[in-house]
Amino acid sequence: MSDVIIRADKLGKKFVIGHKTELHAVLGERVTRSITGFWRKGVDMLKGRAMVDGDVLEEFWALRDVDFEIKRGEVVSIIGHNGAGKTTLLKILSRITEPTEGRVEIKGRVASLLEVGTGFHGELSGRENIFLNGAILGMSRAEVRQRFDEIVEFSGVEKFIDTPVKRYSVGMYARLAFAVAAHLESEILVVDEVLAVGDAEFQARCLDRMSKVADAGRTVLFVSHNLAAVTALTTRAIVFQSGRVYFDGPIDAAVAHYATSLRRVKSEGKWGKGASTALISAAMLDDNGIPTDRYEPGKPMKVRVVLQTNGVRGMTLELVLRDEHNLPISFYSTSVFSQVSLPGKAGRYECDIELQPYWLAAGEYCFDFVTTYTNVSVDHRVDNALRFFVERCSPDSIPFNFTQNAGKGAMAMRLAGPVGFTEIEATGDELQLGPR
Amino acid sequence: MTPFDYSKPLVLEAGGASRQYWIDLWRYRELLMILAWRDVSVRYKQTVIGIAWAFARPFMTMVVFTVIFGAVAKLPTEGTAPYAIMVFAGLLPWTLFSSVLTEASGSLVSNANLISKVYFPRLVIPLSTVAVALIDFGVSLSILAGLMLWYGFAPGWQILLLPLFVALALLAAIGPAVWASAMIVKYRDFRFIIPFVTQIGLYVSPVGFSSKVVPEQWQLLYSINPMVGVIDGFRWCILGGDSPLYGPGFLISMLVVVIMLVWGALTFRRAERAFADLI
Repeated sequence: MSDVIIRADKLGKKFVIGHKTELHAVLGERVTRSITGFWRKGVDMLKGRAMVDGDVLEEFWALRDVDFEIKRGEVVSIIGHNGAGKTTLLKILSRITEPTEGRVEIKGRVASLLEVGTGFHGELSGRENIFLNGAILGMSRAEVRQRFDEIVEFSGVEKFIDTPVKRYSVGMYARLAFAVAAHLESEILVVDEVLAVGDAEFQARCLDRMSKVADAGRTVLFVSHNLAAVTALTTRAIVFQSGRVYFDGPIDAAVAHYATSLRRVKSEGKWGKGASTALISAAMLDDNGIPTDRYEPGKPMKVRVVLQTNGVRGMTLELVLRDEHNLPISFYSTSVFSQVSLPGKAGRYECDIELQPYWLAAGEYCFDFVTTYTNVSVDHRVDNALRFFVERCSPDSIPFNFTQNAGKGAMAMRLAGPVGFTEIEATGDELQLGPR
Repeated sequence: MTPFDYSKPLVLEAGGASRQYWIDLWRYRELLMILAWRDVSVRYKQTVIGIAWAFARPFMTMVVFTVIFGAVAKLPTEGTAPYAIMVFAGLLPWTLFSSVLTEASGSLVSNANLISKVYFPRLVIPLSTVAVALIDFGVSLSILAGLMLWYGFAPGWQILLLPLFVALALLAAIGPAVWASAMIVKYRDFRFIIPFVTQIGLYVSPVGFSSKVVPEQWQLLYSINPMVGVIDGFRWCILGGDSPLYGPGFLISMLVVVIMLVWGALTFRRAERAFADLI
């Protein structure tokens, strides 16, 4: 097929990572370990291999068996949680790193934007940085000169164009950087999380620019955690999980799969431990007691936390609920709110917590779990431990879906009684309003 | 950028993507120039005396060498040339060599953000550092000219060949510099080795003294140090008939330069693929 512009075939990328095993405070052990470490590094160097710090080496596949095809003019988003292999894929496509196995065929020039402002130099002026950054992104001087005015206008920093960029505010810096990148001409545009910078107005401008690029018939690969942006810009998405393609298809279905991929990965994760307690895993349960990643607003919220304790008394389990901007919106503590401590007998426990119904806005949420000692010192803390989604929030059967991205918070307020209006007698200081 | 050839799809796979490398390097020459320009234009920012540093450093080194080797240790000069000029003619190529080696070898690590975010032939980075060294070299050259005027010392026709020897000094530096830059990415040990090498090199190369002080039976062996050939070449250009070139030694130095250049380029190319993963 001639209109396939990118074809990946059994693509894989392996890294070797080192772990530091626990070090006991025994001098002899430290010495033997540093000797074996030194020996291994020396051997690696003589063999020309890369050096890895750590006591135990592990092979880690950032990508494995990845197949996909992208047609000319398609706009595809790549989604997946952190560490799913998205950035590794983009790095391979933009030739920064080489695959360990498999191959990719690309027809056309790839402009990749893994970061805005790559190579910006603080001492140089905005004008100089436009040329520098342009060259780094693969534009010729003639090209940059031709678009210079457009770039400056788009960035909105005309006044400071001859000021060193180290004097710029973060927002100005990001605007200038994105402006250069936005004027790249290429068949394929690869963009990674660049919208994470700048204010809302600037983000809207970036999204607008991106959709123009897409409308112009260029192929765009877009990585983002911003599901709203992803849904607005693209029609197809590839969901990655643990380095593999988890789902490839229409954007709506992909977003749903993304949610389940999140939950699965979290439960596989190792959470570590505290001094006296260890949080092992957590799940949200549906009405039938089956783990789910969906919460239906208005129903009791059931959370099951598996934890282990050494039996020390006065330990508390705390929950912090966060919205999709990672802002804490709610809190619960077993001992403060219910005078319940963790069991005084060492062992592993399942702790079921059933919370009253919330009218959470549609969107993504997560729980942090924390064990504390006498509500003061944190023993074991796991952030973003349990993620879940609310698909629809329509309290009292209102005809629309109240979502988090409406910018009106994460919880719908509900009434304890009817809304009442009682007219107040006129006093003469009423304000003049517009005509009816 | 100049148009790319799209008739054949670009294939990315393990161990591949090397056919077009040298063509790519040529295509990215503008990036090379702009990186060089960046390094030059930020070099003396926020310094009080600015570009005067380029004058001050080589001048002071020359004075110290002339006093210590010429006046205190009383080492002989070559022919009738003043000792200061003899020293300076050796100092010029040595400074060029050592600054290229120092700047280029650390360049990949200091540009790590570029390497992990954008594709381009990585050789662009160490090569772009040559510009800074060349500008300092130009400044030093003007000091030498002033020195020659001061002593009323006129160079011979050989001075016309100087550009050739400048190129030679660069090639002599680029080989090991490119090799070291690739090694530093993997093993930061070389960060400590390179300054050591340039420090020792200053004394084992004929900078503060003439290579003629080395006994004749050792001349050939001494020429394995490529800088011996390069520095002698410089002296021959600048001091003219006062410093005849030792043929066999010069050839050996050149051979070593070529070997190091090829080896450096090969090592770099082999290591380059993994730079983004290691840096």
